[in-house]
Amino acid sequence: MWTFIHKWGSPKWFYAMSARVQPWCWAVSLLLIATGTVWGLAFAPTEVNQGQGDSFRIIYVHVPAAFLAQSVFVSMAAASLVFMVWKIKVADMAATVMAPFGAVMTFVALFSGAVWGVPTWGTWWMWDARLTSMLILLFLFLGVIALRGAFASRDSGSKAASVLAMVGVINIPIIKYSVDWWFTLHQPATFTLTSRPAMPTEMWLPLLVMVLGFYGFFIALTLMRTRNEILRREMNKRWVIDLIREAR
Amino acid sequence: MAFSSFAAFLAMGGHGPYVWAAWGVTALLMIACVWHARIERRLLIRSLTRRTRREKMRPPQSGKTAPNSLQASQADDT
Repeated sequence: MWTFIHKWGSPKWFYAMSARVQPWCWAVSLLLIATGTVWGLAFAPTEVNQGQGDSFRIIYVHVPAAFLAQSVFVSMAAASLVFMVWKIKVADMAATVMAPFGAVMTFVALFSGAVWGVPTWGTWWMWDARLTSMLILLFLFLGVIALRGAFASRDSGSKAASVLAMVGVINIPIIKYSVDWWFTLHQPATFTLTSRPAMPTEMWLPLLVMVLGFYGFFIALTLMRTRNEILRREMNKRWVIDLIREAR
Repeated sequence: MAFSSFAAFLAMGGHGPYVWAAWGVTALLMIACVWHARIERRLLIRSLTRRTRREKMRPPQSGKTAPNSLQASQADDT
């Protein structure tokens, strides 16, 4: 186990191994997203119970994006913790590249939710617990990005961003339980571990496919951008210089 | 198939603008993420290749200071 962590913590090892894993991640995620898109947009039955009609098809981008927004933040905080405790640089690089993607996913969740709200709730925004805590999540992501860039030395920026990410994790349970703790317009969780989803199988199955596809996308993109970050930070290291020389 | 025709598919039962706006923005941003990562990689490789080429032209001794157009002084160890 320790040798495993040590190997993956080495930028050189990570760079070499992620090159092998990455194509598979892309292939699986694109396959899942393509399947989920066709299934969700064209084949899933139109919603009739709540009279939402076809506007419910927004769920297939809204829920995966909202899942990812929170998962990316937790991953970023976990990577920050690993960096702070064990000083593993690759963890800090991964945390660096996760932040912008997390911000994008949070924005997608907010935007698709707002667009969905117009025909369903009659309003695109409410200062409701779920929506507000998601907006705070977006600001946390932007804060982490800004804080990282606000220091002259990269090391100070990394430490400050790590601390903010770890503290900001407090917001995640607030988002999760916001629909139970406060009266809110937002409906409760779509997927729970304890019970079956409240919608028919042919509706939630494509959603599950989409969620998995988005997770795959996150992993693939994080690997790809961490590799870039490794090249950028290690460019004066012998192995990078040799790598570039060999590639020519 | 939940729709009878392609026109019905586009109309989304009258909710077309909402559905396509949400899906469109999502797709656009995700494609932009991939595109950005690819450009980032290409630019990095290009500048690193250019640096090695430059270093090859000058004698090895003076190459110690690692002349490069990118941020220098990042040779922090450990």
